[in-house]
Amino acid sequence: MPSPKRIGKIKFGLLSPKEIRTMSVRKIIWADTYDDDGFPYPQGLMDLALGVIDPGLRCKTCDQKAADCPGHFGHIELAKPVIHVGYTRLIRKLLRVTCRACGRLLLSPDEIQKVSIIAEDELGGDFLTEKDIKKERSCPHCGEQQLKVNFEKPTTFSEVLLEDGKKNEHKLTPADIRARLERIPDSDLRLLGINPDVARPEWTILTVLPVPPVTMRPSIILENGQRSEDDLTHKLVDIIRINQRFKENQDAGAPQLIIEDLWELLQYHVTTYLDNEVAGCPPARHRSGRPLKTLSQRLKGKDGRFRGSLSGKRVNFSARTVISPNPNLSVTEVGVPLSIAVEMTVPVRVTSHNLEEMRALVLRGPERRSLKDPCGANYVIRPDNRRLRLGGDNLETIAESLEPGYTVERQLRDGDIVLFNRQPSLHRMSIMAHRIKVMDGKTFRLNPAVCPPYNADFDGDEMNLHVPQTEEARAEAAILVAVQENILSPRFGGPIIGGIHDHISGIFMLTHDLRWFTKSEVIYLLKFFDFDHLPEPGRTEEDGTPKWSNKQVFSMILPDGLNMVFRASSCINCDECRYTDCERDAFVRIIDGQLQTGTVDKKSIGAFDGAILNRIIRQYGMDRASRFIDDLTRLSIRGIMIDGFSFGIDDEDLSKTEYGQIDDELSKAKDDVDRRIRIFQEGQLEPMPGRTPEETLEMQIMQVLGKARDRTGEIAGRHLGLGNSAVLMAVSGARGSMLNLTQMAGCIGQQSVRGERIMRGYEERTLPHFQRGDRGADSHGFILHSYKGGLNPTEFFFHAIGGREGLVDTAVRTSQSGYLQRRLINALQDLKVAYDGTVRTTMGRIIQFEYGEDGTDPMKGSFGDPVDVKGLVESVLKEEV
Amino acid sequence: MFTDEMRREIEEAQLPELTRQQLLSALEGKEMTNEQFRQIMDRVHAEFRSTRIEPLEAVGVIAAQSIGEPGTQMTMRTFHYAGVAEINVTLGLPRLIEIMDARKEPSTPTMTIYLSPEYNNDRDRARMVSWQIEAAPLHEFGDITTDMESMQVLVHVNEAVLAKRKISMDVIAETAQKKIRERRHYRDFDAEVNAGEHVVVFTPKDQEKYQNLFQLAEHVRNVIVQGIDDIERVVVRKESGEYILYTEGSNLKDVFEVAGVDTTRTRTNNISEIAQVLGIEAARNAIMAEALSTLGEQGIKVDVRHIMLVADMMCMDGEVKQIGRHGIAGEKESVLSRAAFEVTVNHLLDAAVANEVDELNGVTENVIVGQPIQLGTGDVKLIAKPRT
Repeated sequence: MPSPKRIGKIKFGLLSPKEIRTMSVRKIIWADTYDDDGFPYPQGLMDLALGVIDPGLRCKTCDQKAADCPGHFGHIELAKPVIHVGYTRLIRKLLRVTCRACGRLLLSPDEIQKVSIIAEDELGGDFLTEKDIKKERSCPHCGEQQLKVNFEKPTTFSEVLLEDGKKNEHKLTPADIRARLERIPDSDLRLLGINPDVARPEWTILTVLPVPPVTMRPSIILENGQRSEDDLTHKLVDIIRINQRFKENQDAGAPQLIIEDLWELLQYHVTTYLDNEVAGCPPARHRSGRPLKTLSQRLKGKDGRFRGSLSGKRVNFSARTVISPNPNLSVTEVGVPLSIAVEMTVPVRVTSHNLEEMRALVLRGPERRSLKDPCGANYVIRPDNRRLRLGGDNLETIAESLEPGYTVERQLRDGDIVLFNRQPSLHRMSIMAHRIKVMDGKTFRLNPAVCPPYNADFDGDEMNLHVPQTEEARAEAAILVAVQENILSPRFGGPIIGGIHDHISGIFMLTHDLRWFTKSEVIYLLKFFDFDHLPEPGRTEEDGTPKWSNKQVFSMILPDGLNMVFRASSCINCDECRYTDCERDAFVRIIDGQLQTGTVDKKSIGAFDGAILNRIIRQYGMDRASRFIDDLTRLSIRGIMIDGFSFGIDDEDLSKTEYGQIDDELSKAKDDVDRRIRIFQEGQLEPMPGRTPEETLEMQIMQVLGKARDRTGEIAGRHLGLGNSAVLMAVSGARGSMLNLTQMAGCIGQQSVRGERIMRGYEERTLPHFQRGDRGADSHGFILHSYKGGLNPTEFFFHAIGGREGLVDTAVRTSQSGYLQRRLINALQDLKVAYDGTVRTTMGRIIQFEYGEDGTDPMKGSFGDPVDVKGLVESVLKEEV
Repeated sequence: MFTDEMRREIEEAQLPELTRQQLLSALEGKEMTNEQFRQIMDRVHAEFRSTRIEPLEAVGVIAAQSIGEPGTQMTMRTFHYAGVAEINVTLGLPRLIEIMDARKEPSTPTMTIYLSPEYNNDRDRARMVSWQIEAAPLHEFGDITTDMESMQVLVHVNEAVLAKRKISMDVIAETAQKKIRERRHYRDFDAEVNAGEHVVVFTPKDQEKYQNLFQLAEHVRNVIVQGIDDIERVVVRKESGEYILYTEGSNLKDVFEVAGVDTTRTRTNNISEIAQVLGIEAARNAIMAEALSTLGEQGIKVDVRHIMLVADMMCMDGEVKQIGRHGIAGEKESVLSRAAFEVTVNHLLDAAVANEVDELNGVTENVIVGQPIQLGTGDVKLIAKPRT
């Protein structure tokens, strides 16, 4: 590959009429495009000198074919000058600050001095503005009395003449304006922030219009063989037609009125050609009524040239399909369907060392019927850059001709590194590099433990896959982007990949309390785990059968020499901790890689928490950590399969006593609410400071009802122990909370809109089922039934109201936070740490003298601290700190 | 044993203050051998070295992602009761957007006013300070009646309230007149104090229209005669052994002048006000504190360093600049970068007239022209010399 040339800089300036004529290859005078034979008119808009779009034809300027010709500009000589809409504000400013007779700035040299000194003091505003010039004055250079210049959108300028006290508007033609702008001396322009070398102000009044190359406005041929022209071509046709008519009228000496009308029409067409969304100007429309997409519209907005085509580019070598889980894969792998693997390729350069291997690939060709078939190749690129498609009968000939210097595009095979991505790509962990594993089926497969960074689930999500094509790209993917390098989130310095859902329930069930397994059970659990021999059995039964404890089994996947002490998520923060004697087995103690006490749950291995995982990363490195995750996901899935795990409607059942207690609790709460309402109605309610009695009452009711709901939850929770799947999931942190269980088994509780009880509805009531003015619990959205028990119609309605708010909320939030993120990225993207440790913009401006004031990488640091002192001391001293 | 020698070694170690403190408190009174101590120190040093940020790291993008990504998880619920049930504060995503927008005034300005030691342990004394701060309209000081017959507005000042609020009749009458004229821009009236009967009489100059009388009455009722105009409400609360004032509305400058306010700890959530009164460094700290507490309140962990970088970027030029079109993103050197963000066409047109040059240093520019960006591995200028 030739070494890429770097673009050093890009200069911006205006095109002068002279430049436009110089770069033009053809003067365009005919409004027509193609003649009856479908051949472009010479000097028409599709002139062959402007470039070619039809395959087979050659460009008259550069003699190249359609694919190679970049296109060339033409030009239209305008009958009279017209204003460029984008510069109306600049023109207005210039007309107001310069003299109408001599064209000089309306300031004496002293005043200029004074203004520019003031301007230098304030940051930024270093150029003269309209405000610096006093109104209604005469020119300090020639003494000419100045007139007020009015501007009317979109392109009309006029001077206000005062004649015998009467205001008289006199229209300025573009030609007048151009004459005035021509008179402004270069030195004055520099003071106004205009560089006259590249942008004389009179160039903003167009006398020549460049005609863009055909390649920029290709015509499409419809199925019926008709040509359909681009919007820009349509607009140019209009301009040329009017221009020709204008010229004819001018030459014929038409009356002034007609000339002016035509001039205005020409101005309109040029204006809409440049920008079809100008205020005060009806947009030019297509025959069908659709507004035309002209130059400005092509650049603007999300799908415009800048954001749509230049900042965001489409790529080859990518695939997209639905994802599904596979816990037996490593987190660093991705399962790729065979049908994708045979379609996508990696280029391999043929050298003397791999010649034979490459021959074999070519000989196999593109066919690959089953997973067992070895990978083949799809293309061969010859040293002269000719690309040969493999297939059919050419395999042997091509394989024979293969020699160093050729490139073989071989199919994907196990172990190839690819980039895997799920949108929205909100952080860098949204794109990670995985190793391929070719699989049957039609979906991408991934280990559920990598779902959190992608924020993926398997309800139909699709993901993208990209195959890096160069050695550098593959190296960067393997070293920087690989999954195991991204276990830690730079957001808070903790692991973001880790066990989820069933991993956590499974490992919780496996490690909770003490259990003993027989040899076959242990081997079943550790089936996928690579180990040489089992540890010493923890105990031997009377009949001599050796047994291993559940904690021993878990310890098998821990690295040797790991020491740590912490409390699991199931810890309820008792007033007095009983440490290793904890009755909930929530005190986790790992000594020398052996789990001594405690239950492993979300706090230990979950994504976002993962204390054990965190410790392993810091002590043993990323690769050991990713192996630990693999072992863990397999072990936990085995663990959950020993007992099985399910949840059904029966799991929400309570006994009669509990239902009685819940009813008591709720009716007590209702009475309490009624009592408070009565106090309020009697005017006895003591309002909280700064609140009205109504607001106070509302707050009290919300509080009472909230407490009542929580108490029904407690009642339900007391009845349902760890034997209940929902409780187990809530306690271990796998999914859901006790609140969810409360709502299923106990009472759903208050529905709210904007944090308040539901108040809106018909006259003085929420629904016609209630009395007017009723302030009671059930008339304002308190649901005293459970999901299991079922809702009555009014409750159901209130529940829908509350649910709707949540939906609206999510919809609004995604757009708002998306925009916030775009702005943040745009503001901060150019910052980097320089070699001296300072944070600078890419222009070299210093933002921070030391990154984060201590130079710590938030990803490598431990939850914000430069060194994880607690963890280190614990692991050395083997006791809690 | 943890010896003094070990302590000295920790204190003199080349480590950040925070790490040294953590080491001292972790090892204090612990049983350990010399060997174990060596091991700890070696590993601390090794870990410290390994956690240094690497050169060319794209810290800006990481910071932006770290703040933007959790935005999707935040609630939209505008109002929350932050600690004090009586005072509404905007929280969640709207508040975060507000901070990044560098709004002149937050939608719910509040202050947390700490009191100096003489005032902060006694409820009544704290209340006294709060009266100096809370805006009190005249109608809170007594009954106001409109005498239509003699075209007068009568204020019957309540003696007890005066005594409670430690303010004299004359002061009230004077500030009322002054404030009606200056703050409410209503000038056509006269006022007279009848000290004996505790009545202040207001009469409109134009006796012709009742409309004037009613207008005057409205002004008299609502004119703020004690406290600071912007602060609508003050709540006194006891927190960790001292009385603290929470306010609705914010005016840092005037509150600082009230006797009994601890100016070193008192804070407001109005960042531009902090920038004006206390300077840009204080504003930077305020942005950090506000953003961190907004995120933390939602249970979202974000490293301070990310927020610090955003705050530094916003305050870089000595004034608080918005993250967006009218701030940082709109004032970049690069034309292409600005054009790719917002208002594309105008940036290009203006660039042409001013003869701007895009040096192609930034990220967007290089993406646009299709060459490697100057960050991370793209900025390494090392090239291996091929062996010939």
